[in-house]
Amino acid sequence: MEITKSLMLELYEKMLLNRIVEEEMAKLVIEKKIFGALHLGIGHEALSVGATLPMRKDDYLVFSHRGVGHSLTKGIPPSQIVGEFMGRSIGCSKGKGGVHLSDYSRGVLGISGSQGGNFVIAAGAGLRAKMKGTDQVAMCFFGEGTSNRGPFHEGVNMAAVWKLPVIFVCENDTYSFSTHQKQVMLIDNVADRAASYGIPGVVVDGNDVLAVYQAVNQAVERARAGEGPTIIEGKTYRWCGHHEFEDGTKYRDKAEIEAWKQKCPIIRVEKQLINYGTATKKELKQIEEQVKENIQKELELANNSPVPKPEELFTDVYANPEVFQRGISL
Amino acid sequence: MREITYAEALNEALREEMERDDTVFIMGQDVGKFGGIFGVTKGLYEKFGQKRVRDTPLSESAIIGGAVGAAAAGGMRPVCELMLADFVGVCVDEIYNKAGKWKYMHGGTPDISIVVRAPMGAKGGGGSEHSQCPEALFMHGTGLKMLVPSTPYDAKGLLKGAIRDNDPVVFFEHKLLYVLKGQVPADDYLVPIGKAAVRKEGTDVTILAYSLMVHKAIEAALTLEEQGISAEVIDLRSLIPLDLETIFTSVAKTGRVVIAHEANKRGGMGAEISAVISEQCFKELKGPIARVAAPDVPIPFSPDLEQLYLPNAEKIITGVKLVLEK
Repeated sequence: MEITKSLMLELYEKMLLNRIVEEEMAKLVIEKKIFGALHLGIGHEALSVGATLPMRKDDYLVFSHRGVGHSLTKGIPPSQIVGEFMGRSIGCSKGKGGVHLSDYSRGVLGISGSQGGNFVIAAGAGLRAKMKGTDQVAMCFFGEGTSNRGPFHEGVNMAAVWKLPVIFVCENDTYSFSTHQKQVMLIDNVADRAASYGIPGVVVDGNDVLAVYQAVNQAVERARAGEGPTIIEGKTYRWCGHHEFEDGTKYRDKAEIEAWKQKCPIIRVEKQLINYGTATKKELKQIEEQVKENIQKELELANNSPVPKPEELFTDVYANPEVFQRGISL
Repeated sequence: MREITYAEALNEALREEMERDDTVFIMGQDVGKFGGIFGVTKGLYEKFGQKRVRDTPLSESAIIGGAVGAAAAGGMRPVCELMLADFVGVCVDEIYNKAGKWKYMHGGTPDISIVVRAPMGAKGGGGSEHSQCPEALFMHGTGLKMLVPSTPYDAKGLLKGAIRDNDPVVFFEHKLLYVLKGQVPADDYLVPIGKAAVRKEGTDVTILAYSLMVHKAIEAALTLEEQGISAEVIDLRSLIPLDLETIFTSVAKTGRVVIAHEANKRGGMGAEISAVISEQCFKELKGPIARVAAPDVPIPFSPDLEQLYLPNAEKIITGVKLVLEK
């Protein structure tokens, strides 16, 4: 496929958006405006953006707890994502989901609280597309750690045997929280597991957004054509802690973290754009300023949003809410 | 009216709903050509084909999670069959969390319009992991509905209602009831979800039961009648929502309550129902509530021990006499 200037600039812009929104969210944790666990994907942008961008608006997306970048790329406005983490009514799940964000109008089905619970959900969304005869696909992001869970096996196998239109994208950042991959797996590549399901497994440089985009695009085409699922594994690294309650240095060498920061996926695409003469520094600077300006407006919207009304505690439990639910009082 | 079995009634409900609505489909182990371990899906594969009657891998998480995903993605109404209710143990996350919470957690969308059918209960020699009644697990959950029909008529009417319902429904079928015959209309009808049925009227004591235990309660009530004790038997039919109105009306009349269920006592359905009655009808109560349930041990394999373990009419009679004495 052809890599056009506009595609490269779009990837660049979305990666910047992803990075800066997450940096702002980290500040909101310190300001105690974001509650609960925030799992930043800083360092993962080539995957969160590069693998999400090939999707259409009506395609289905499920991701891990590190899903801010994917949600932004799928088109959820930053105000609704940040607002969700702040527990405000502007949030894409009305402040009831937090890290479990979703937006069904954009095909964002959400995350599983139990890590690795998303494989079977993605298979189900793919089943829906197949049964309805649409050419939609379902994209399932996961970390290498959850490929050790049973639902990985069940979801991938079912998708494979029924040739469901699902793309399983592994964001392999070597650590499940503090646990190194070598402590819990004897293989280097999660994608090698694809062989046991009779489906393709592809390993890419997870910090190379163009490589990710191309690999995923191919898998999406394959899925739309009814040829079934693919596992794509991108090798990357998270710069931050598992979540914002720890900084990731108890179990990782600072030198290792620094080395990966040198491989920043955003600087990499920036260099590609400039070195090949695709864009000028000035053009890129303009994009950055626009992104920042937009984010500031969006953050303001989130910050000004009211908290959910008390009655929201009791709504949305059931579609047919005739079920007896106890009130707050006795 | 013609008589058919509980299993045939369920089969008819599935067939009618699949004919009526092409978004209804079945997923489970051996539900296709084999027709399901208890024959409930017999003939459906032949009629609707493998696309809508899907034999799955032995993957309970994928069966339920796949159903949740298909429903959440929009407009599908999967009916899942777990081979045995005991196997909820390997898909609790998908039922308890995904089906039960994904609507609320996502701010009101999507509807998780799935039904999870599961054969429960002891039928002789099943042992600890093939005989359980796990309804209390889900009673504590949120966002779910839970149905426990005791008759062929209710089996058909409730299953049809469950399939049409936009909320996730856990549907427990007692294994010993599959062969029970009863009057079932051949045409379309629904049994309302959340309405209990008074199976026998009485004035001295209220016996609350569901599923197979309803039949044991009626047996007990008929024996008690011969001894001059008038027991009212209420078949709850629906555990979530619970028909509090019917329960409270009966408690107001009798002032004495026995709750009977096959599952073990600790943290069981009886605990919740008893607590609600104590909270809401304390003044109407003439004495403490009794729970007739299995002991808090795993279900034994030996058929002799199993009989000792299971609640029955005799134990319900003992429970009734206990509350009448106090």
